[in-house]
Amino acid sequence: MLINGVQIDDTFAEAFNMRGTRVLITAQNLKWAYHAANAMTGFATSVIGCGVEAGIERELNVDETPDGRPGVSILMFAMGSKVLMQQLETRMGQCILTCPTAAAFAGVESEERINLGKNLRFFGDGYQTSKLFANKNGKAKRYWRIPVMDGEFLCEETTGMVRAIGGGNFLILATSQPAALAAAEAAIDAMKQIPNVIMPFPGGVVRSGSKVGSKYKTMFASTNDAFCPTLKGATNTELSPEIESVMEIVIDGLNFEDIAASMRVGIQAICNLGAASGVKRISAGNYGGKLGPHHFKLHEIMAESTS
Amino acid sequence: MNALTFTQKITLQHQLNCAALTPNNLANKSITEIASILLGYGKSQLRVDEVFEITGNDAQNIYFKNSSNKLDYLGANMATGCMHIEGNAGAYLGYNLKQGEIHCHGNTEAFAACNMVAGLLKVDGNTGDFLGGASSGLRKGMRGGTVIVKGNAGDRVGDQMRRGLILVEGNVGAYCGSRMIAGTIGVLGDVGGYAGFNMKHGTLLFSKLPKLHATIKDCGTHTLPFLHLLFKSFVPFKTKFSDIKTQRVQRFVGDVACNGNGEILFLSPSQ
Repeated sequence: MLINGVQIDDTFAEAFNMRGTRVLITAQNLKWAYHAANAMTGFATSVIGCGVEAGIERELNVDETPDGRPGVSILMFAMGSKVLMQQLETRMGQCILTCPTAAAFAGVESEERINLGKNLRFFGDGYQTSKLFANKNGKAKRYWRIPVMDGEFLCEETTGMVRAIGGGNFLILATSQPAALAAAEAAIDAMKQIPNVIMPFPGGVVRSGSKVGSKYKTMFASTNDAFCPTLKGATNTELSPEIESVMEIVIDGLNFEDIAASMRVGIQAICNLGAASGVKRISAGNYGGKLGPHHFKLHEIMAESTS
Repeated sequence: MNALTFTQKITLQHQLNCAALTPNNLANKSITEIASILLGYGKSQLRVDEVFEITGNDAQNIYFKNSSNKLDYLGANMATGCMHIEGNAGAYLGYNLKQGEIHCHGNTEAFAACNMVAGLLKVDGNTGDFLGGASSGLRKGMRGGTVIVKGNAGDRVGDQMRRGLILVEGNVGAYCGSRMIAGTIGVLGDVGGYAGFNMKHGTLLFSKLPKLHATIKDCGTHTLPFLHLLFKSFVPFKTKFSDIKTQRVQRFVGDVACNGNGEILFLSPSQ
């Protein structure tokens, strides 16, 4: 498949089941909401080393937040519910509780609940108070007010935990590093408009795509040598001679459709730049389809874009 | 279907226990069966049709017309449906109300919303003492739900209240929130003395600051973000509380005499 001179490989991205949650962070203004959210989603690029993958989903205006202040929504994903709960509580305590004027609220409703402020309340040393407020559906939700030095930290007791998908991806193969990065930036700008997904790596882009296994016994993942341009002559490469740089965009989301939609708009944004920009191919990472149950087939995804 | 309507046709000398006349008790009963129900009346009993003229057949929607303050325990243990009282009600209106809605267009006697668990109780007129309190011997009063009083309330509003919301647009008597365990009470009018007496937790929201006793301590004036959520939760009830725009309050904490951590929030008049 060729779109505007850019080749779309007949391959697929292989993704995995994850557990996800959404948290709404508000503050006195967007600047401090971002400070809190950036801290909370820091060091959360990959479950391999960080426990969770997290990112800022979008900005929220005052009409969308429970306390009528500006804020941002955060999505957080982990391989299991236990680690998600643990990471959420740790990050809430160190990043949101500590951030001036910040407050946190549930961003997703589900039967399964995980702690948001339930245990953080003990920081109040007995001065904490709770309030039950009915939401617009009449269902009561508990909030905790914890006295802190800037006033009160307000936090919902729990948030929902839902089944999610992590590891949607595509690869950008370009004739130069600047060309690959410019294409990745264009893709990320378009993908940020899609709800329910995040791109957890720095700036949404990852340069160190990995393969399973290593020659070293202690490593269970190592550099994806087939896509390393400096190893073209030394390994069983996937790259043609003119490719000098490959960058990957990884997508986690709450459902298959939104991940597919984000991949579509991202790839389309790159293709809109045209082959003259230096981008030659779009590919995707997979493990032969044997590990992950969710397959994002590039041709099927882009067929909807071109149809 | 027409609303099941009980129109009081005699003047009562004693208190009449109307606890049996609730939607859950009357569901699937014929008019004849309802008419034969015996209601406690002083030391004796009266049939329903001796006191009321009965019309209609929709037991989920009950009206009391021409009602008086001799009708005790209206809506007691009610678990479903709606009850409209077009007149006054006696004591223990909405006693142990578990679900549903009661709307009293007149005044009520003491102990309205006593032991209330959930649901909505609206009183257009005034109500007596111990609104949302506990019945004798119990250590917990109202445990949930919402009470709206458009008029005034008597003493000891929310005595031993455990959870829920009481909004009084008028005045309240002395000892508002006494022995309160948790929950929220809002008052727009004047408040009597000793508000928050022996209060453990919970929130008293006042627009007029009463004379507070020595063991309620001033913590200064603050902007509290949670008030946005609190006021938003008031909106469905269409009260004058919806007009409050400020999140700026003077916060008092107590009752320190019982190591309490309750709060009295005085809405700042400067906002």
